[in-house]
Amino acid sequence: MTDIRYVAPTTLEEAIAAFAAAGGAGRILAGGTDLLVQMRSGIVKPGLIVDIKKIAEMTEIAETTDGGFRIGAAVSGAELAEHPSFKKVWPGVLEAVNLIGSKQVQGRASAGGNLCNASPAGDSVPAMIAAGAVVTVQGPNGRRELEVEKVPAGPGRTNLAPGEILVSFKLPPRPEGSGDAYLRMIPRTEMDIAVVGCGVSLTLKNGFCTAARVGLGAVAPMVLLVEAAAKALIGSKLDVAALEAAANACRAACRPIDDKRGTIAYRTKIAGVLLKRTATIAAKRAQGN
Amino acid sequence: MPKLHVTTTINGEPMEFLCEPDNTMLDALRNQLGLTGSKEGCATGDCGACSITVDGRLVCSCLMLAAEAEGHEIGTIEGMAQGDRLHPLQQKFLEQAALQCGICTSGMLVASEVLLKKNPNPSEEEVRFWLAGNLCRCTGYDKIVRAVLEAAAEMREARP
Amino acid sequence: MNDVTFNKWIGQRTIRPDGVDKVTGRAAFAADTNMPGMIWGKVLRSPHPHARIRKIDTSKAERLPGVKAVIIARDVVDFPVDKSVMLGIQDMRWMCRNVMAREKALFPGHPVAAVAATTEAIAAQACALIDVDYEVLPWSIEIDDALKPDAPILHEFNTFEGKPSNIMGKLEVKKGDITVGFAQAEVIVERAFTTRPVHQGYIEPHACLVSVAADGKTTIWSSSQGQFMVRAMTAYLSGIPQSDIRAIPAEIGGGFGGKTIVYLEPLATLLAKKSGRPVKMVMTREEVMRATGPTSGSKSTVKIGAKKDGTIVAAQGTFYLQAGALPGSPIRGAVGCSFTPYDIPHVLSTGYDVCSNRSKVAAYRAPGAPIGAYAVECVLDELAEALKIDPIELRLKNAAKEGTKAAFGPTFPRIGYVETLKAAKGHPHYNAPLGKLQGRGVASGFWFNAGGESSAQVNITEDGNVVVTTGHPDIGGSRAGIANICAELLGIDYRRVSVIIGDTQTVGFSNLTGGSRVLFASSMVVTEATEKIISTLRERAAKIWQIDPEAVKWENGAAHPVSPNAGPFEPLTLAELANKASAMGGPIGESVQLNTQGAEGGFGTHICDVEVDVELGIARVIRYTAVQDVGRAIHPGYVEGQLQGGVAQGIGWALNEEYIYTRGGNVDNPGFLDYRMPVCSDLPMIDCVLIEVPNPKHPQGVKGVGEVPLVPVLSAVANAIHNAVGKRFYSLPMSPPKVLEKVDASVQQAAE
Repeated sequence: MTDIRYVAPTTLEEAIAAFAAAGGAGRILAGGTDLLVQMRSGIVKPGLIVDIKKIAEMTEIAETTDGGFRIGAAVSGAELAEHPSFKKVWPGVLEAVNLIGSKQVQGRASAGGNLCNASPAGDSVPAMIAAGAVVTVQGPNGRRELEVEKVPAGPGRTNLAPGEILVSFKLPPRPEGSGDAYLRMIPRTEMDIAVVGCGVSLTLKNGFCTAARVGLGAVAPMVLLVEAAAKALIGSKLDVAALEAAANACRAACRPIDDKRGTIAYRTKIAGVLLKRTATIAAKRAQGN
Repeated sequence: MPKLHVTTTINGEPMEFLCEPDNTMLDALRNQLGLTGSKEGCATGDCGACSITVDGRLVCSCLMLAAEAEGHEIGTIEGMAQGDRLHPLQQKFLEQAALQCGICTSGMLVASEVLLKKNPNPSEEEVRFWLAGNLCRCTGYDKIVRAVLEAAAEMREARP
Repeated sequence: MNDVTFNKWIGQRTIRPDGVDKVTGRAAFAADTNMPGMIWGKVLRSPHPHARIRKIDTSKAERLPGVKAVIIARDVVDFPVDKSVMLGIQDMRWMCRNVMAREKALFPGHPVAAVAATTEAIAAQACALIDVDYEVLPWSIEIDDALKPDAPILHEFNTFEGKPSNIMGKLEVKKGDITVGFAQAEVIVERAFTTRPVHQGYIEPHACLVSVAADGKTTIWSSSQGQFMVRAMTAYLSGIPQSDIRAIPAEIGGGFGGKTIVYLEPLATLLAKKSGRPVKMVMTREEVMRATGPTSGSKSTVKIGAKKDGTIVAAQGTFYLQAGALPGSPIRGAVGCSFTPYDIPHVLSTGYDVCSNRSKVAAYRAPGAPIGAYAVECVLDELAEALKIDPIELRLKNAAKEGTKAAFGPTFPRIGYVETLKAAKGHPHYNAPLGKLQGRGVASGFWFNAGGESSAQVNITEDGNVVVTTGHPDIGGSRAGIANICAELLGIDYRRVSVIIGDTQTVGFSNLTGGSRVLFASSMVVTEATEKIISTLRERAAKIWQIDPEAVKWENGAAHPVSPNAGPFEPLTLAELANKASAMGGPIGESVQLNTQGAEGGFGTHICDVEVDVELGIARVIRYTAVQDVGRAIHPGYVEGQLQGGVAQGIGWALNEEYIYTRGGNVDNPGFLDYRMPVCSDLPMIDCVLIEVPNPKHPQGVKGVGEVPLVPVLSAVANAIHNAVGKRFYSLPMSPPKVLEKVDASVQQAAE
C-alpha cells in the first residue's frame, strides 16, 4: 500500500480542483516520461497524480480559423507527427518534439510536459520559442495566455501559479515564405539529452529575411530567446556575414555550465555552429526546397 | 489509497488486475499478470527492453502507470506469434542469428512490428533510427537490422 | 582431421535450441522467476568513497513492520586479509569484502547492509532506517591521485617497495634485453596513453531468487557466467556446503565478463536463511553502474623501436590499471597480449594493479587486452607513418607465426595472424576511396583464449533423439554450436538434438563462461561423450547382428555393416537401437568430464573508416571490417555475432563511453542516458571475414572467438580519426569536446 492517489478526470475543471487541492504534492501526468523517471529515482514523491489525457482539450490538435494551430498540452510527439498538415507548416517544431527520446518515448511524451519539466535542454522548447508559440494555462483563478519563453523560471521550475495547468500551445499562422528548423548537438545520433539545441523560424521575402526568431537550449538555466541573433538575420540575405553575426550573438547569449554533458567552451562554440546550420535549413524550407 | 482496479485488453483478451497507483505497466505485466517477456533493463525509458504497444502505439511500459491501461488495448511480445505460428519477424530473427543473449529481443521485436505496420518498406537508415531506443549490447545491431529488412521484404511479398 | 571438408551441420546457420523461447518472451531470465511466500531484498550502500565503519545500528529497521531479516558484514563469512583463498582468479578475501563492506566502505555504492521485507518499498524504507556511523576518510579515484606519495591508502596492510601503497601487485613479461634492442633501433616512437573505465553494459541487471529450507538445502535461481562459481562463492560466504546448494542457471541477459563474480546471491542466501522465506533481489540500473565491475581505467606508456626497413627490434610497455576498491585489475591481459601479434626479439612489458575508491573491476571481454592494444597499435601506426610504410605491411613484416615465441611464454603452433593481415590488405574496403574528412585506420589484436574444466552428458532418449546437458551458461549461442557438432557426429538432423544447461547438482563441474572458452571446451567433452555413444551403438548393432563391433560402422544416423562381407544386414537406425536399448544392455548415455587443454590464442585485424564533423567534433564510424582467425566457424552466424558485438563495444569505448565522477567521488552518469553506449543509428553494418585456420588441438578445430574482436577496435578508431583529421588521440574516449579541441588547435596553428 502506498499513499499516492491517481485520478484521471474528464474535465479540466475537475483536474484543476484536484490539482489545486493537493497543493505542492500534486503532479500532472501527461506522457509521464519525465515524471515516472523522477518518481523512480525518488526525486519526486507525489501525493496525487492527475492524469490529464482523458480531457479532450488536452489531447486535441486543431487548425485555427486564422491558419494557426492549437495543440493540446498532452498531445504526444507521435500523434503530432501523424497530423496531416502540421508537418508541412511547422516542420522544425515537429522535428524538435520528435527528438524527445526514442520512438517509444515519442509515443507518450508531449510538448506540454517537455515545457513544464523546465529542463534547460528540453528539445521542443527552443523550436516553440522560435515559432512564437503562446501557451494557455488555466488555474483556480481562470485562464490566461503567456509567451512560451515566459514559462520556464529556472531548471525544473516554471512561472505557472499554484494549481495552474498548461492547457495548450497556440502557434501563429505562417506568412508566405516562412520556414523553421531545429537542430541539436548530441554525442550519439539519438537518445541523448541536447548538449546545445537551436531552433530558428524565419520569413523570407525577395531573398531578404523579414522576420526571424531564435531559441537556444542547454546553454543557460532556461531556454533562451536570442533576440540579438534574430536581429542579425532580419534585413539580411542570410549571407555568410549575417549568419556569422547571428552565430556570435548566440555565443554571446550563452551562460552555460560545465557538466557531464558538455563544457562551457564547447557549448558556447557549438551554439554558433548550430545557429548557422539551423538557419540555413529554415531558409531552404522558407524558399520551398 | 486502496488498490486500483484496472480493466483492459491484453493481446486481444479482456483482462482485469489490481495495482498500486504508482505501479508501472511493466510491474503489472511482470508481477501481476505473469507476462515476463517484457524486460526491465533500466526503468528510465533508455533501453526499450520493456517495449509494448498501447492502442497500436509503441511505448516503454516502464514509463507508463499501470492505471493508465484502463480501457486501452495493450500488446506485448507474448501476443506476437499466432498459436505456434511465429510472426515473420520472429522467424527472421531466428534465421539471421539476430539475438545472442535475448534480453533485448522482446523489445526489438515489438518495436520492429510497429515500424513495419507504419512503414512496410523501410530503408536501413529508417530501421536504425526507429530502433535507436532499443539497446542491444551483444549483436552490434547488424543482424537485427538485416532481419527486420528481410522480414519486411517477405511480408511485402506475402501481401496480395 | 582438421581439413575443412563438407559437413552437414558444422558450419551451418541452424536455428538455436533456445531461439523460439527468446523470440516469444518465454525464456526465463534471472528476474523472471517468482516463488510463493517470496519476499524482497534490498542493499544499503555507502554514500562515501572511503569511510571507516564505526558502528551499524539496524534496530529501527528490524522493528519496521514487514521486515523479515537484516544482515551486515558479521553475517558474511570472513576471510582474513593475511591468508589468500583463491577461487579461480578471484580471491575470497576480496570477494567477502566486495559483497559487504567490513572494516571500511571503499567506494560509493559499496554494500554495508541488506534487508529483506515483504515488499520492495518496505525493504527500501528499512534501508533508510539503518544508522551507519561512518568516519569519512580522504579518497582517490584516478590512478595519478592513488599513486601520489600522500595518497589515502585503501588497504593499510599492503606495501609496495617497502612503503604503504595502493599498488597491489606487479606483473612483468620479458623476452631478450630491451637495452640491447633499443640500441639497435633506428627509429623509436614512445607515447603515453590513458583510457577511462567502461562498463560491460549488459542489458539485464543482476538478479537472483534464493530459497533456503530449514535443513539448509538451498536453491539459487540467478543469471551468471557460471552456476558453479555462484555455488562455490555462495558456499564460501554463507558457510553452507556446496552439496547443499543447487544453483540453477537462468537465461543470462548479457555478461561480457561482468557476471563472473557474485554480488547478490550470497546476500540473498543469508537473508533467506535468516527469514525462512524465499528472497528475490534485483539491482536497479543505477546500482549496476555504481557497484558492479566495469573494467579498469588506465595509463600506459609504450615505446617501440625499429630498423628503417620496418623490422621491429624492441618494445617496452608499462601499464597502470585501476583495480577499483579491491585488488585484481586485468594487468595480465594488458601485459601479456599487447605485443603478442609481433615477433619482437626484445620485449619488456610491465603492469601495475592500482587500487582506488571506485567499484571493484570485473572481467570485460579480453580483460586488459584492449587497453594494451590501444597503446601498442597506435604507436605502430605512428611508426608506420614515420617509416613511410603501409601499416598492414609493417604488421606483416613483423607478424607472429608458427614457431614465434611469445613474450608471455608459449611458442606458437600454426596460427592465422598473417592470414588476417593478408585478407585485410586484399579486402575491397582497404582500398576503397575516402571522402572529405573521412579517414581509415587499421589495428590488430590478440587474446589468449582458454580451456579448463567442462562436463557434459549426452543421453539418447527412448524415442531415439538426443539430449545434451552442459554446464556452461549460454550467452551468445553456444547451444547452437553444440547441437551442430553433436548432430554432425551422430549423422542426424540437428533438430533431434536438444541442448540444455544443467544446474550444479545435475551436471558435472564446469568452469565459467568466459575467456572465449565455452565452445572450445564444451565441444571437446560433448565430442568425447558422443563418440563413446557411437561405440555403444555399434556394439549394440553388432550384438543384434551377432558380428564383431569392428565390422559395424556408424553413418547417417544408423549402424551399417562396414562392407557386404560383414553380412547382409539392413541398417539399424538410432531410433531402432534406442527402442531396443533396455533389452540390449540398458539406457544409452555418456558423461564426460575433462580439464581441457589446447586452447590456442586468437588474432584479428580490423579496418575502420570514420567521418569527422570538424565543427562539432563528432567522429562517426561509417564502415568497419573485422577479420579474424576463428579456427573453425561451427555456427557462422554466432561467430559473426561475436565479432560484430565486440566491435560495437569497442566503438563505444573509443568514442563516448566513460565513467564520469562528481567532485564528491560519486559516479555522475549511472544510467544508459549519460553512459552513452552505441545505439542502432550510431553504427554501420559490421562486415566480417572469417579466416579458418583450424586449431590442431581441437577435434573440430575450434578456437575461442568472443574476446579478440574487442581488442583492436580502440586503436583502429583512433588511427582512422588521425587519418581523417591529422591529429593523434592519446586519451579515450574521443568524445566531441576532445576532438573539437584538437581540431581547433590545428586550425589555429594553421592560421598562425
